[in-house]
Amino acid sequence: MLEIAGKTFRSRLFGGTGKFASAKVMKEALMASGSEMITVALRRVDLNDPEDDIMANLDRDHFWFLPNTSGARDAEEAIRLANLARAVGNTNWLKLEVTPDPRTLLPDPIETLRATELLVKDGFVVLPYMNADPILALKLQDVGAAAVMPLGSPIGTNQGVLTKFQVKIIIDQARVPVVVDAGLGAPSHAAAAMEMGADAVLVNTAIAVAGDPVRMARAFAAAVDAGRAAFESGLGRQGPEASASSPETGLDFLR
Amino acid sequence: MNITVNGEPKETSPNNSILNLLNELEINAQTVVVECDNTIIKQEEYATTILQDGAVLELIRFVGGG
Repeated sequence: MLEIAGKTFRSRLFGGTGKFASAKVMKEALMASGSEMITVALRRVDLNDPEDDIMANLDRDHFWFLPNTSGARDAEEAIRLANLARAVGNTNWLKLEVTPDPRTLLPDPIETLRATELLVKDGFVVLPYMNADPILALKLQDVGAAAVMPLGSPIGTNQGVLTKFQVKIIIDQARVPVVVDAGLGAPSHAAAAMEMGADAVLVNTAIAVAGDPVRMARAFAAAVDAGRAAFESGLGRQGPEASASSPETGLDFLR
Repeated sequence: MNITVNGEPKETSPNNSILNLLNELEINAQTVVVECDNTIIKQEEYATTILQDGAVLELIRFVGGG
């Protein structure tokens, strides 16, 4: 089982709660995904629609909330959001996101490292969203990150794991769980990440915007299970030359 | 007395508590965090924290996100 900061998870598929067409669809899809850990964001209450509280539909005993700091452009903004999350959510777990560029939503490595160090010292369980940089992953775990969350491709792009080479190094070196986050657009992408040895994946957009989010959630769950089973079973080596699957002997009668 | 709530100017009665304000705005106090003049107010202090003229409040809650 996956263990992060002393808490165990049966499901290696983490769910996101953004972009769903309705709270009802979101809940059904998350239940179908089998996810136990789900991300949430923090925003101002809409004073014109104060009853609009989609999180009220989610059972906190069933889902482990992982508040994110989405929208933060530097460490200070992220820390402010972290403290708000801790106050409203009664949790010290945090998906740290520091994304100064709204066009790419790529994480700022320096601010992310700085915020991780400060937040860990303040008692947070920090899972930083990061570019797939093996050196940064080591530095983040050195300052106390509970897991690292390298991106497959930019948030919401559905492009899959474009960072395979770097993610593989991160997985090989990591002493903390590696959660491939962002850009996983199809179950095959999630399976590929799991086959490489990722400890978990986080999927939001691909499920939320699917024609049938509930079935897509099931498809991702199956892909994550398959990928994990393949990794644990030991994949065959890749090679440059063909290697016959059928016996090469016993063909004397042909010649 | 004038205060600012989530960037919008609001009028409220003097000696109003944060809890009363949330009730007036029809917001469930259990689901929000209140930042008053850049300080997070603990939920158990909503009833006893009295708003001052010119206070700037942020009412924040969880929303869907990835």
